[in-house]
Amino acid sequence: MPLILTEEQTMLKEAADGFLSENAPVAHLRALRDSHDADGVSRDLWKAFGEMGFAGVIIPEEHGGSGLGAVEAGVMAEALGRTLTPSPFMGSGVLCASLLAEGGSTEQQGEWLPKIAAGEAILALALDEGPKHRPSAMTARAERSGNGFKLNGAKGFVLDGHIADALIVAAKTDDVTLSLFLVDPKTAGVEIERTVMVDAHNAARVTLTDVQVDADAMVGAIDQGEPLLQKALNLGRACAAAQLNGAGDQAFQITLEYLRTRKQFGKLIGEFQALQHRAAHLFSEIELSRAATLGALQRIDAGVDEKGLSASIAKSKAGRVAELAVQEAVQMHGGVGMTDEFDVGLYMKRVRVLNELFGDAGFHADRLARAQGY
Amino acid sequence: MTDLETFRAETRAWLEANCPAEVRGPMDSEEDRVWGGRNPTFKTPAHKLWMERMGAKGWTAPEWPAEYGGGGLSREEAKVLHSELRRIDAQLALSSFGIWMLGPALLQFGTEEQKKRFLPEIVRGEIRWCQGYSEPGAGSDLAGIQTRAVDEGDHWIVNGQKVWTSYADKADWIFCLVRTDPDAPKHLGISFVLFDMTTPGVTTKPITLISGKSPFCETFFDDVRVEKANLVGTLNRGWDVAKALLAHERTMIGAMGSIASGRPMGLVAADSLGVDSDARLEDPMLRARIAELEVDLAAFNLAMERVGDQVKARQVSPAIASMLKYYGSELNKRRHEILMTAGGSDTLEWESERSGHGSAARDWLRTKANSIEGGTSEIQLNIIAKHLLQLPGA
Repeated sequence: MPLILTEEQTMLKEAADGFLSENAPVAHLRALRDSHDADGVSRDLWKAFGEMGFAGVIIPEEHGGSGLGAVEAGVMAEALGRTLTPSPFMGSGVLCASLLAEGGSTEQQGEWLPKIAAGEAILALALDEGPKHRPSAMTARAERSGNGFKLNGAKGFVLDGHIADALIVAAKTDDVTLSLFLVDPKTAGVEIERTVMVDAHNAARVTLTDVQVDADAMVGAIDQGEPLLQKALNLGRACAAAQLNGAGDQAFQITLEYLRTRKQFGKLIGEFQALQHRAAHLFSEIELSRAATLGALQRIDAGVDEKGLSASIAKSKAGRVAELAVQEAVQMHGGVGMTDEFDVGLYMKRVRVLNELFGDAGFHADRLARAQGY
Repeated sequence: MTDLETFRAETRAWLEANCPAEVRGPMDSEEDRVWGGRNPTFKTPAHKLWMERMGAKGWTAPEWPAEYGGGGLSREEAKVLHSELRRIDAQLALSSFGIWMLGPALLQFGTEEQKKRFLPEIVRGEIRWCQGYSEPGAGSDLAGIQTRAVDEGDHWIVNGQKVWTSYADKADWIFCLVRTDPDAPKHLGISFVLFDMTTPGVTTKPITLISGKSPFCETFFDDVRVEKANLVGTLNRGWDVAKALLAHERTMIGAMGSIASGRPMGLVAADSLGVDSDARLEDPMLRARIAELEVDLAAFNLAMERVGDQVKARQVSPAIASMLKYYGSELNKRRHEILMTAGGSDTLEWESERSGHGSAARDWLRTKANSIEGGTSEIQLNIIAKHLLQLPGA
């Protein structure tokens, strides 16, 4: 498989870029932020995503989705990164759609997948607990109770948790294994607090105190949540890498335009070799990041990234590269780059959040090292 | 089975039957390379056999047309061949500037007669080439070359000096930039010619480097007679040939960044430093550097592959070779700095059996040239800024 997009994937990319730049450019994010929108996300836009076939890009056709793969999900994520559009796509369309499509019961799939694909439902995965992504250090517990389970624990960084129609909660069912539970947020004992984040995107804290769920709330088999979760996370990580690429490259493009037009000392600043070399270096880094990300997405589709190492390489590389891109963007813009009015600061904040999502660059480099045995 | 699967099965069977055990596994040092030529040296008879077998199949240049001795493989087939070679950890059958640099230029610019004459013997490793580009006064600013070729009817008389001519003392022929019109603007009076290194008037003198080794030479031309039939491309338009060839050279040097030694670097480091109770490399700072480099190496390998696919799909400017050259060179330097750190004082021994006569140190020092030869890193960044980013005045 050549490491370039196919004709169909290129058409999807053009459709997504065109749709978002028209309907949800950076001004869309600003409007939601400045009006202190209660949801922080446009439900109309999410419905439009459904109508375009974007929301259910990985959902099988029999459940109303587009039946496409990881590369196409990455194309969507990159487009969202480019316009900084807040969207339930990552939480619902990637993570929860993957968990349900791979492990959901017939009833769960029938109830939720068509609604996600149509952009009618927002689902959220409650996984992380501490300030850093450490799935192996999970303390949330699910104990057998009545005909089901009783859930206890505290989760953070739950994407779209404050507006979720359903939560998928990861909890330990014994000391080592974990299970996944589909939880109605209105269940007694569920408390949800929106956390307004630095990038004006949406996440929440979720606390679960003796939350009683039925046995059929389980997604997948008992104690078998780990492989489902890993699969969804690998896809999520590769898509987050794509989103980082979109945000980082857009910040770079804005900066290049500035280098071509801004004058200082009677010259275009892009004529200064000190800045040219930094821009050329950054270009090289972005090329590597893109190749690593497309490589990971293609391997996921081919079913040859079972351990998720390609996704880790992509997430680690994309995180560092996008960070460099936004730092250079602000620095090369000088004072104007520090103003709220100018967009590059928004890219800097967004990249910081995406860097933490599903493990930062160090987490993923460490994963690679462990896998190689050192 | 698809055609590609059939090809893989056949390739695997052929390699199993034809790749000798002695040429499997990582090379101990640069000295193990097979360069071929009129006076070849081989580490073992198996290395000779391996070159001859691969050459006969055209697999030393798998994607060149079969009519010129190449393998005639599609890009997809060539990828399969490479992955099968990697699978058995086969060493490179033939290292060759003819394959990496001159051949692609001849395929693009050479006459039919030149292709038929030179390409097959390049593929079979029967002739060794060197490159006459740089001059004492023209390194990075290659268009400033002064070596003169004066028209004498059916031939030229060449006078001048080249420098940094890799392996000039061991090469059979040279591909060379000469100034054929001293009055033209500097890019427009240069021609690209080929001649035999045994032609009267050609002398070479090795340059000893900080590594103690000497791949490079100074090369002197004193009234050297060059046949006009050996002009490649158009008279005074040698710059076009040179540029195309440089793109191949840059890709080749950049690719050095992707050559991973057989054993992951973290395990090499663990051999000398040990691991903690959690099986992590004892030195956490070095472990982090290695892990980060491994991520970059993996990403770079994919970028090399992607650029190849983009070039094939005509989606990218040829200047993209500068990105690979720049990044690959810097990556290779980082890799060898880390290998020296991981080896500690053992790698500092310049002369001992234990250190392979300082092979790690000599390789480390050699890599410092990667970001100078074939155009410095700064020149590559200039090219990226000008041709890929369209920055003003670049």
